Amino acid sequence: MTFLLVLHLLAALGAPLLVRWWGRQAFLGLALVPAAACGWVLAQLGAVTGGDDVRETTSWVPVLGLDVALRLDALALTLAALVTGVGALVLVYCARYFAPDEEGTGRFAACLTAFAGSMLLLVLADDVFLLYVAWELTTVFSFLLIGGAGNRLAGRRAAGQALVLTTAGGLAMLVGLVLISDASGTHLLSELVADPGDGTAMVVGTLLVLVGAITKSAMVPFHFWLPAAMEAPTPVSAYLHAAAMVKAGIYLVARLAPGLSDVPGWRPVVLGLGLTTMLVGGYRALRQCDLKLLLAFGTVSQLGFLMVLVGSGSRELASAGLVMTVAHALFKSTLFLTVGVIDHATGVRDLRQLSGLGRRLPAVAVIGTLAAASMAGLPPLLGFIGKEAALTALWNGGLPDRTAALLVLAGLVAGSALTVAYSARFVWGAFARKPGLPAASPEVAHAPDSLFLAAPAVLAVLGLVAGPAGPLLDHLVAGYADTLPLIAPEAEHLALWHGVQPALGLSALSLLGGAALFAVRGRVFALQQRLSSRVSADESYWNVLQGLDRLAVLTTGTTQRGSLPAYLGTILVVVLALPGSVLVFRAPWPGEWRAWDSPVQALVGVVVLIAAGLAIRIRQRLSAVLVVGVTGYGLGVLFALQGAPDLALTQFLVETLTLVTFVLVLRKLPKDITERHRPRERVVRGLLAGSMGLLMAGVGAVALASRTATPVSVDYPAEAYEFGGGKNIVNVTLVDIRAWDTLGEISLLVVAATGVASLVFLRRRTGAVQRAGADHPGAGAEPAARAPRRRWLTASATLAPHRRSVVLEVVTRVLFHTIVVFSLYLLFSGHNGPGGGFAGGLVAGLALVLRYLAGGRYELAEAAPVDPGVLLGVGLLFAGGTGAVGLAVGAEVLQTAILPVLGDVKLVTSLFFDVGVYLIVVGLVLDVLRSLGAELDRADDEGDPIDLNPGEVVLR
Amino acid sequence: MTPTVVLPVVIGGLYAAGIYLLLDRSLTRVLLGFLLLGNATNLLLLSTGGVAGLAPILGLGEPGELSDPLPQALILTAIVITFGVSAFLLAVIYRSWRLVRQEVVGVDEEDRRVAAGRRTDADDLDPDDLAPEDRPAGHGDHLGRDLSDAQVERLLDQRFAGIASDDVELPSTQGGPR
Repeated sequence: MTFLLVLHLLAALGAPLLVRWWGRQAFLGLALVPAAACGWVLAQLGAVTGGDDVRETTSWVPVLGLDVALRLDALALTLAALVTGVGALVLVYCARYFAPDEEGTGRFAACLTAFAGSMLLLVLADDVFLLYVAWELTTVFSFLLIGGAGNRLAGRRAAGQALVLTTAGGLAMLVGLVLISDASGTHLLSELVADPGDGTAMVVGTLLVLVGAITKSAMVPFHFWLPAAMEAPTPVSAYLHAAAMVKAGIYLVARLAPGLSDVPGWRPVVLGLGLTTMLVGGYRALRQCDLKLLLAFGTVSQLGFLMVLVGSGSRELASAGLVMTVAHALFKSTLFLTVGVIDHATGVRDLRQLSGLGRRLPAVAVIGTLAAASMAGLPPLLGFIGKEAALTALWNGGLPDRTAALLVLAGLVAGSALTVAYSARFVWGAFARKPGLPAASPEVAHAPDSLFLAAPAVLAVLGLVAGPAGPLLDHLVAGYADTLPLIAPEAEHLALWHGVQPALGLSALSLLGGAALFAVRGRVFALQQRLSSRVSADESYWNVLQGLDRLAVLTTGTTQRGSLPAYLGTILVVVLALPGSVLVFRAPWPGEWRAWDSPVQALVGVVVLIAAGLAIRIRQRLSAVLVVGVTGYGLGVLFALQGAPDLALTQFLVETLTLVTFVLVLRKLPKDITERHRPRERVVRGLLAGSMGLLMAGVGAVALASRTATPVSVDYPAEAYEFGGGKNIVNVTLVDIRAWDTLGEISLLVVAATGVASLVFLRRRTGAVQRAGADHPGAGAEPAARAPRRRWLTASATLAPHRRSVVLEVVTRVLFHTIVVFSLYLLFSGHNGPGGGFAGGLVAGLALVLRYLAGGRYELAEAAPVDPGVLLGVGLLFAGGTGAVGLAVGAEVLQTAILPVLGDVKLVTSLFFDVGVYLIVVGLVLDVLRSLGAELDRADDEGDPIDLNPGEVVLR
Repeated sequence: MTPTVVLPVVIGGLYAAGIYLLLDRSLTRVLLGFLLLGNATNLLLLSTGGVAGLAPILGLGEPGELSDPLPQALILTAIVITFGVSAFLLAVIYRSWRLVRQEVVGVDEEDRRVAAGRRTDADDLDPDDLAPEDRPAGHGDHLGRDLSDAQVERLLDQRFAGIASDDVELPSTQGGPR
């Protein structure tokens, strides 16, 4: 079964491409996929009716105990055959429904195929969580299909409405599924139904699951999304909103009924809402003038009918329900497709404008009438068999409660009468000649060809054939229905003719009632107009949404005052109040203290504190930056004293780079920082900051004493050598033990670098790498496009004389190569000694800084004539690739392998990871230099004013 | 394990200074505060690793004598990330200065407007205010494919004057704007 689902996925992914190649004929190719699935499913018919379920389980998320557990039993087979069969036919129909080069067809084809796959997964899933995933997938694809390309407001709103309602129901259902699977101790549907749990959790869970089912299947009071969803193209209406998606709720109720129908609350909810929906839908269908809307309300009505049947929890009604489900899928999709043909041919769907179409499109009329007759429940069609079976069952007492059975029976007869009436209204509206309209109005612009009619014809004929062949369905239906208790004295078999009996009388009664309603349709219509009120579920929905919007505005207005310091202050006060009080009252304060580890540590600490204090006072930008730098360097010394050479090295390098970066930007800013705060504000800030300082000092003091477990890092030394093949434990931790973290962190660096460039280059992400060329001073008579290779550091000639420094140039000439070699040394030696990708990359970055400072922006391009984006990308590829390669050869992601190279020399694969880190750090530094250095220089040199074009928007 | 006095004091001092600067309106000072906070946090992490020891490199001493490698690995990446983020903030400062000659954390005008209760963009979801063709429920999307909406409406108005169509779906047939 898994391969069928994968097939759907592949088809969906390939659909846009196929549509581009073959145009609308691609739908014929895509139809093969559900057709194949249908064939496979039907091939299992023998086994399944014989009582053997087909099962397949693939492990999905073993940690959570989630499996892709698929199961094909009688119920799943019936639904799967419907979903795939109707899906294939609808796809065939699409091949003619769309204009040859209509826009967005590829997207539509992909969504529809993906939907078919999701729906198949839904009916096959045996695991409740897999069912939920499929459930939401169908919701999402329904959203995409209703909304179309999103260029029409009505479509977007209908799509949004369907999404909001069905997702809300879906979420309730998820909670319910968790509750009932927890109460029953299994999350396999088959086991859950066989042995349901009990207790309050079970009752609440069941009701929540029902919420999901009634929203999805458009029960009152959530029925209104279904008519609104008629915005979608007709194939979508025929497939999603008649045959497949709306049946998901029916399917779920049918699936759970054998186990849960005796849970308190189940029958009142299912029967009550089902019956109401049947009557409301039928009533509303009678006053529709748009054929599609008429069918939509008809669908609502029929879904209510189905809900009553499958939710009743008795063998005889469930078997009627399953037959009716098949019948409904066949006739309702036929009717929708018929409307699509009419719409396509005439451009009109309003029954007040259609006249005499039956004579002009006889084939369409025959198909439509056949399906409508099945809907009305006329013999010998399948709809008749289903309705007969339902009425018989109820007459014989198909519910535990006799009074309820009679009530439901009365409701069903009334609902059937309405069904007969709107079926007649449909046939009359679509095909009949109407007085007062021209005989041939409107024009038939495009007569449908045979392929266009194939799908509705096949479906209609199936409904006709299945009627007399009803007894053949008996085995399949019984396979499901036998899981339910039989309430009537004996099981009825499906048949066209049961002899003269009460149900036949009731059928006749509903037919007569419907016919009467249709005969006086003018008066019924007028009466409905008089009774119609302005209150509707739809209006209420929009009012609720509006209320939510207002509430959101109110909440935002009260809590968001628009000041960042105020927000930060709030957060800090909360931190002080909650963790702060825990610290004061509950923390294990240490009993004894040491003054310091070494006197030097204390000395450095004092320096750092003084620098931090100065940073608060100083208003001159550069000086403030320098004192903050002092704290950084001090920190480096503290790292070294604590026994962390790698940290000390990195800290020194980064501090230097930060200073350079600061200076690059500060040269553009005014010298002093303006004071913008009143003294009172400063006092409040001081109080907050002081208390936070105390709090964090306390945290630092108790952190050691509050350890309760052995640190994970105890085993790191042994693991580092054994698995990571390196002696520098910190480095091995970075590239192996915690490589996932590092991967995330270097990704962040890539994002930051990209962000820097995007912010500095106002109008584009990157600037071309500008190298010293012929049109620049300093290139002299050299006509080449770049600086001459014979001299080195030539681009410094492009600098104005007063900006050049001979000393710096000489030092650069002497040191640059040495530094680069050193950076490579750090990279390679990092596995066993201090160093590694981070330190190496930073050193290489500093070498570039030196070149830039000595030679200006053209020299930077000479030193590194690559786009920093390439370095960043390649680096990420290296780091990520190491993990992927490991996965490909069957190891864990990012697992290190130690390969012998020559004698004692070994190659540790995590070196490649480190190379990636190195490249990314170099890329980051280069991006910073190029943006904050070179680009700012260029803006300076060229006076680059920001002239915005009219209408251009630059975000700030 | 006994803690030292020096490290918590330094940590507290750095946090206090950092938070004071972070609450400033000047972006430069916010950035400086961010750097101080970064330093303070790194030191806090380091101090949780326990007492000072030898560098965590095998061969320098017995595993018991080495300092804890885990906080060091965490700090190492944090240092580099702090650099990346401060470069980003610097770019923000520069851009803000270049475009509007200011480098302050401004007041969010949008928030202020919402707070003031002027519902300029609060909601436009009232379906009654929308044109009929934009109404949410499904009206006929292909009704009169070759005609414009206005033409269809006029047509329907003529033919069915005075008769209301269904609640929401088809274009209004009652004539005139709704």
